[in-house]
Amino acid sequence: MFIRRLPKFEHHAPASVAGALGLLKKYGNKARVFAGGTDLLLAMKKRALTPEHLINVKNIKALKGISYNDKKGLKIGALVTCAELEESPLIKEKAPALWDAVCVMASPQVRTLATIGGNLCSAVPSADTAPPLIAMGAQAVLSGPKGERTVLVEKLFKGPAESKVARNEILTHIQIPKQPERSCAAYLKLMRRAAMDLALVGVAAYVCLDKDNRTCKEVRIALGAVAPTPIRAPMAEQTLAGNEITEALAEQAGKVAGTVCSPITDLRASLGYRCDMVEVLTKRAVIEACSRVKNSTKR
Amino acid sequence: MRKVEITLRVNGEEYDLEIEPHRTLVEVLRETLGFTGTKKSCNEGECGACTVIMDGKPVASCLVLALDAHGKEILTIEGLAQGENLHPLQVAFVRQGGIQCGFCTPGMIMSAKALLEKNPKPTAMDVRKAISGNLCRCTGYQQIVDAVITAAQEIAK
Repeated sequence: MFIRRLPKFEHHAPASVAGALGLLKKYGNKARVFAGGTDLLLAMKKRALTPEHLINVKNIKALKGISYNDKKGLKIGALVTCAELEESPLIKEKAPALWDAVCVMASPQVRTLATIGGNLCSAVPSADTAPPLIAMGAQAVLSGPKGERTVLVEKLFKGPAESKVARNEILTHIQIPKQPERSCAAYLKLMRRAAMDLALVGVAAYVCLDKDNRTCKEVRIALGAVAPTPIRAPMAEQTLAGNEITEALAEQAGKVAGTVCSPITDLRASLGYRCDMVEVLTKRAVIEACSRVKNSTKR
Repeated sequence: MRKVEITLRVNGEEYDLEIEPHRTLVEVLRETLGFTGTKKSCNEGECGACTVIMDGKPVASCLVLALDAHGKEILTIEGLAQGENLHPLQVAFVRQGGIQCGFCTPGMIMSAKALLEKNPKPTAMDVRKAISGNLCRCTGYQQIVDAVITAAQEIAK
């Protein structure tokens, strides 16, 4: 398909969240928030979206930066790019599942531009940052005319390419709670090639082990690309909770996870293949998360 | 449409421009400034032909608004050679047969340059990851990987 040039628009570059909210209120449905642009500009070139006003939020300092606080955990500004996450020792140490995800997204020249906030707000079913964030219990902080509100990333999605961020709101940052001792998460993504592809299936597993380092105290499994939105797999979690995680049990949890998904068949993969791969990846992600806990407690 | 005033710093030179907001960096580089070394191919960030280095990092210049490149340091393929002397990456691409039709080459070389800045001794896998967003439709990837590794060795000498 021939991709055309960008349609014309009026450009606005507010320096504060309040300024951006004011512009959103003024222009309503004629405006779009413009961050990394890797989804938005492409949709505009294809004329899928033709906003008259682009509200470029890249000058807003409050939306940038990664910080860690021993009580609150990780705070990631919505404008933080995939490349910044990939290069952050803090992310690699405190949120390895998110690091897993950003390292296999798109390509280096797209990761330099694409932002975590944009990945969530675009809300495609295969958004790679969603499953790890859901598994870690992350929250999205939204700013709107009535002030701030906090939404679990798990509850942020409405349908394919539709998030619950209202048109008069801006996602300002992501908050990942401090992860308990003896816990870790992992994200596994299946692609047709090793880069530049959407997930056929993406699975994130978070486990927290008991003092014996074997029994599963808490677990969350999040699946991407196999339903209209990223989803949790509660039945699979119940299979694991309170039990010793063995390979056989992880396999059983995988089988259960395969039954909760409702993927589509498209040119990337068939429904049946996707469900089968959810089984395999869930098992592997659970085992990987457990081995990460065990490795970190050894040290 | 209201034009905006920007300053682009390309290959160490400053250019004061007045552009329309909807123009992408690759369009301004090629059509306004004449840096046609940077190629525009898929125009959707998939092929890597338009890769340039912005503030030390590789970007798909078809997905960057030119106005967002205001004040940033941009390096294109034209900025690599020193007069008549080609950059070691360019030499290695020629010697190793990393160039076939040549269309992907500027983007490949810029991705490789960004890699070598960060990692001067890359493995073959590091190189493959670094050029994972650059398509070569002649499919001469192995020679390209060889060329980047040879260039890294040359630079280290």
